[in-house]
Amino acid sequence: MKFAALIFANLFRKKVRLALTLGSFAVALFLFAFLAVVRKAFTGGADLANASRLVTINRVSIIQPIPLSYRDKIARIPGVQAVTHDNWFGGVYQDEKNFFPQFAIDPENQRKVYPEFVVPDDQWNNFLKDRQGAIVGARTAKRFGWKIGDRVPIKTTIWGGGAWEFVIDGIYHGKVAQDDETQFWFQWDYFQERVPDRLKGLIGWYTVMLNSPDQALRVAKAIDTEFANSPYETKTDTESAFAASWVKQFGNIEFLIITIGSVVFFTLLLVTGNTMAISVRERTGELAVLKAIGFKDRSVLFFVLAESLAIALFGGVLGLALAFLAIPVLGNALSGMLPNLILSKPMLATGIGFALLVGAASGLLPGIGAMRLRVVNALRRV
Amino acid sequence: MVSVNNNGNSSSLIQVRGLNKTYHRADEQIQVLQGLNLDVDKGDFVAFMGPSGSGKTTLLNLLGGLDVPTAGAISVASDEITHMSSGKLTEWRARHVGFVFQTYNLIPVLTAFQNVELPLLLTRLSKSERRQHVETALSIVGLGNRTRHFPRQLSGGQEQRVAIARAIVSDPTFLLCDEPTGDLDRKSADEIMALIEELVAKHGKTVLMVTHDPVVAARAHTVLHLEKGVLVEGSKSRQSVTAGGVV
Ligand SMILES: Nc1ncnc2c1ncn2[C@@H]1O[C@H](COP(=O)(O)OP(=O)(O)OP(=O)(O)O)[C@@H](O)[C@H]1O
Ligand SMILES: [Mg+2]
Repeated sequence: MKFAALIFANLFRKKVRLALTLGSFAVALFLFAFLAVVRKAFTGGADLANASRLVTINRVSIIQPIPLSYRDKIARIPGVQAVTHDNWFGGVYQDEKNFFPQFAIDPENQRKVYPEFVVPDDQWNNFLKDRQGAIVGARTAKRFGWKIGDRVPIKTTIWGGGAWEFVIDGIYHGKVAQDDETQFWFQWDYFQERVPDRLKGLIGWYTVMLNSPDQALRVAKAIDTEFANSPYETKTDTESAFAASWVKQFGNIEFLIITIGSVVFFTLLLVTGNTMAISVRERTGELAVLKAIGFKDRSVLFFVLAESLAIALFGGVLGLALAFLAIPVLGNALSGMLPNLILSKPMLATGIGFALLVGAASGLLPGIGAMRLRVVNALRRV
Repeated sequence: MVSVNNNGNSSSLIQVRGLNKTYHRADEQIQVLQGLNLDVDKGDFVAFMGPSGSGKTTLLNLLGGLDVPTAGAISVASDEITHMSSGKLTEWRARHVGFVFQTYNLIPVLTAFQNVELPLLLTRLSKSERRQHVETALSIVGLGNRTRHFPRQLSGGQEQRVAIARAIVSDPTFLLCDEPTGDLDRKSADEIMALIEELVAKHGKTVLMVTHDPVVAARAHTVLHLEKGVLVEGSKSRQSVTAGGVV
């Protein structure tokens, strides 16, 4: 490209200004990446949700339990392939800030309903034989340095209090990077032994695996009809709808993030638009000379746009590169609170697209101004 | 031959017929050029003089296709430029006109070499051909050893030489110089004029130049005065220029 020297020279015309503009893009794109990752961490559950899974909870709220006796009735409904149940344990390891989710699970059906969580067979078999056994996600194991055979006490204030002791029998991995690897599972039977009598025989929620996702609506309706007018009425929904309503608990995170993102976008646009406008106005005379020499109007527009796009691209890549390095560190610092801080390729691509969009928008008006510039008038001002 | 009262056909390189330029400012009309005629042959060197505001720059802008007249016609090498679209006119300028301005108007972030190369970027020349042309042009203006200098590292006279190299590098049909020595001291002005004379005498360039300075004007073949919107002939002959000596 024979015009590269000209565009390049113009870029470096004012070094401080260039650095500041690149910096604006870098900061904005860093923030963009961070917001995108946080948003994904909150809403990603809905994307990961298996379309063939339903979640059945107590109609009143997820905190209210439902009887274990529903399990066989649900399993008999046509279209249901497997059903499993969970109880939220809500315990603490050593300290309040060491949060991670623990569930009392149904070992018989767990792997049928959650095929994405992979446990080696030998570990799984040890777990089945071990009343106090536990399977823990790879991330949580790594976080606390747990190895197979370790005994870990988990304190609880809900289920009769005290510290419950577990033995790590296995470690599960997700099939894809986004899968949640923070959970801690232990035996429903052990749970039953230790909870107070009034809580025995009650589970937190059922998860149902369907033969085919097309039957979701019908089966969900069949389940809720089955238990209508009982003391424990149910509410059944697809896993994705369930995940979405779970996110809503935190307030409208999506709205908040999109609002912050838009503010960042418009601020960046104003800053860079203003900078480009000033930088073009400063060289009105030079642009007029280029036109006098015979450069076409669209070449002049192209020079201005190329300049603002180059700044956007370099600044944007810089910001995303920093985010790429920083997000794992932030992820570790927030460990457990936001499960999956992953800067994915689509996010990087969106970020670059976003930077280029701002670059094009901020270069467009000054560029059109330069294009429309009347040579004679501009030269008179020199 | 230069002539200012021909209004029929001629075989001159540049033919201007009945040129009018009127500016509208608020509800006032300023008639700058009023039926101006001009013929300039290839290899001519013409100086335009006249009081400030008489329309000298306006005339050069029209001749260079930077502005369009209110009425009249300009043809150069039998191209009628007054009816060209602005895109066509831009292409025409790139091929036929070399501009030299009073304030040099170099691009400050480009080196002397890159400034001179600019017009060649609009051609199909290869990189090495461009290099050759630029080096030739810079050596003609006597700056073959300053190619990597930036404008701020050059004196005014040297900057103007770079500007002249930029104007001649693509070998245009004619050069338009608007007060090329206006910002220079006497010595630099003399050097620039010597260079322009050499371009005319040795390289056969056609030059149209505006100046306020009678000493500078005296070096042209013909001096024309812009008065009341038309050109009138001065008293200089070609012989006296030659007698004055080409440096
Ligand atoms: N764009 C414009 N709008 C209105 N009037 C203009 C415009 N350009 C030039 N003029 C007027 O036209 C007249 C001629 O201007 P021009 O610049 O051609 O004069 P000049 O002979 O080059 O003067 P100088 O010697 O000062 O350079 C002046 O009165 C000027 O004010
Ligand atoms: Mg003038």
